[in-house]
Amino acid sequence: MTILSIDTSNYTLGVALLEEDQVLGEYITNLKKNHSIRIMPAIQTLMKDCGKTPADLTKIVVAKGPGSYTGVRIGVTIAKTLAWTLNIPLVGISSLEILAAGPGRYFSGYISPIFDARRGQVYTGLYHYKDGSLVAVEQDQLVMLADWVEKLTSSKEPILFVGNDLPIHRAKIEEVLKAKAMFATVTEQNPRPAELALLGRDTPGEDIHTFVPNYIRLAEAEAKWLEAKGKTLNG
Amino acid sequence: MKKDQWILGIETSCDETAVAIIKNGREIAANVVASQIESHKRFGGVVPEIASRHHVEQITIVMEEALDQAGITMAEVDAISVTEGPGLVGALLIGVNAAKALAFAHNKPLVPVHHIAGHIYANRLVTELQFPLLALVVSGGHTELVYMKEHGSFEVIGETRDDAAGEAYDKVARTLNMPYPGGPHIDRLAHEGSPTIDLPRAWLEEGSYDFSFSGLKSAVINTVHNAEQRGETIAPENLAASFQASVIDVLVTKTLNAVAEYGVKQVLVAGGVAANKGLRNALEAAFTGRDVELVIPPLKLCTDNAAMIAAAGSVMFEKGIRADLALNANPGLDIEIYN
Ligand SMILES: [Zn+2]
Repeated sequence: MTILSIDTSNYTLGVALLEEDQVLGEYITNLKKNHSIRIMPAIQTLMKDCGKTPADLTKIVVAKGPGSYTGVRIGVTIAKTLAWTLNIPLVGISSLEILAAGPGRYFSGYISPIFDARRGQVYTGLYHYKDGSLVAVEQDQLVMLADWVEKLTSSKEPILFVGNDLPIHRAKIEEVLKAKAMFATVTEQNPRPAELALLGRDTPGEDIHTFVPNYIRLAEAEAKWLEAKGKTLNG
Repeated sequence: MKKDQWILGIETSCDETAVAIIKNGREIAANVVASQIESHKRFGGVVPEIASRHHVEQITIVMEEALDQAGITMAEVDAISVTEGPGLVGALLIGVNAAKALAFAHNKPLVPVHHIAGHIYANRLVTELQFPLLALVVSGGHTELVYMKEHGSFEVIGETRDDAAGEAYDKVARTLNMPYPGGPHIDRLAHEGSPTIDLPRAWLEEGSYDFSFSGLKSAVINTVHNAEQRGETIAPENLAASFQASVIDVLVTKTLNAVAEYGVKQVLVAGGVAANKGLRNALEAAFTGRDVELVIPPLKLCTDNAAMIAAAGSVMFEKGIRADLALNANPGLDIEIYN
């Protein structure tokens, strides 16, 4: 069993190879650079260093969003193509869940992974570990950070916030949630591709042809068109 | 006996997800196109984000169908060619990354192709090219005269300074309240009317092979506007015919001038607007009795497809053009880069 995981959904670019119970290799950068140029060479280098060829792969696990639309699509396109042409299973994992997985593992409260979505909005969800597995308590969503922390004031458990975009929102979180809010350290803010591989390890494969990113949002033109037609998103 | 050459082509520069397989540079073994036109109609034009989303949904389906149609496996493919640009960056990225993943998975050469080179090479699926030649490229985004002295060499001798011919068609169609895409509607309507309205032709300076259609487009809009103010109505079929006559007059005359100056053996017509009946008829009439072969591909090879990318890819592959896994989408790619 050799799993290749790919994450290009946000600024963090990640690739990992997970074999049985060992992480063979992991490549992570947190740079505002072009994923389309760097991701395939990163996969190629990591696999070569680990002595693996594409034919050795048994599963592809990809971060399916939310995140940058273009970024998510780059990873998903590569993952779909590899899984389809190598005839191996494809699994998609929430980009937020990957972020929650590492730092939250030995934390008994809730975990709120955060990606900034501009204009006061964030992509987030609420996760916690139950009997050793990560469970979503609140689904991934696009929400105003102010509304999100207000909602979390009713939580009895402490909440661990994770993500490279925390500096943008930390003051507001602390102001509302006070001591109930905890923050991951700088070394735990990147979503780890090895966690991505592990999250997908025991998950059955999905239909490759119909697999799509989880954008959360409709394309802007589509949303405006629906609005103009007087329809609402929830029917 | 020489082994057959199989090239897989991928094209996602705009709103068609296309994959094709070409044998020995000229034979179509598979040509699959998933069109998104219905999805974009309601927006009156291609929405880049929606185009990109569709490409992700379609890409592996279209690749699989192409291999099935050709009846070959990836092991038999000699190279993977892909549109590097120009086009919509988000749309191009899907094809480029799928091509890179495919090339990596099977350790195959990756050949980057310019979209317009693809349109030109659609003609090689019809007949063998004879050099030197001239290609008249007319599409939604391009109006160019390209001189080729040999395979894989492209010299742009004239190009549009403002709107592409196809853009002018779409804008005029909008003025006449026609649905998107407007080109075919104008073409059809033009055949019902006659060119009774005097519209300008932009010849530009003496000897120039460049084009300009924005003045013509404005003249059409002004004609409609002025008539409305006077409470008159203009027969839309006559306006369409007059507009089309102006566009075709400029395209045909500049092509004939270039043919005379460059002494070419062939004239290739390329791009979506090559599907235009008025243009086809005018070119055929202009080249009758001349010692120059006029080649116009069938309709489905004029609009965006991947057979043309694989056909160009075949030539580029033999010229030794290669990309590595760092290949990126290039929305402003220059066609003269590989000369
Ligand atoms: Zn085109």
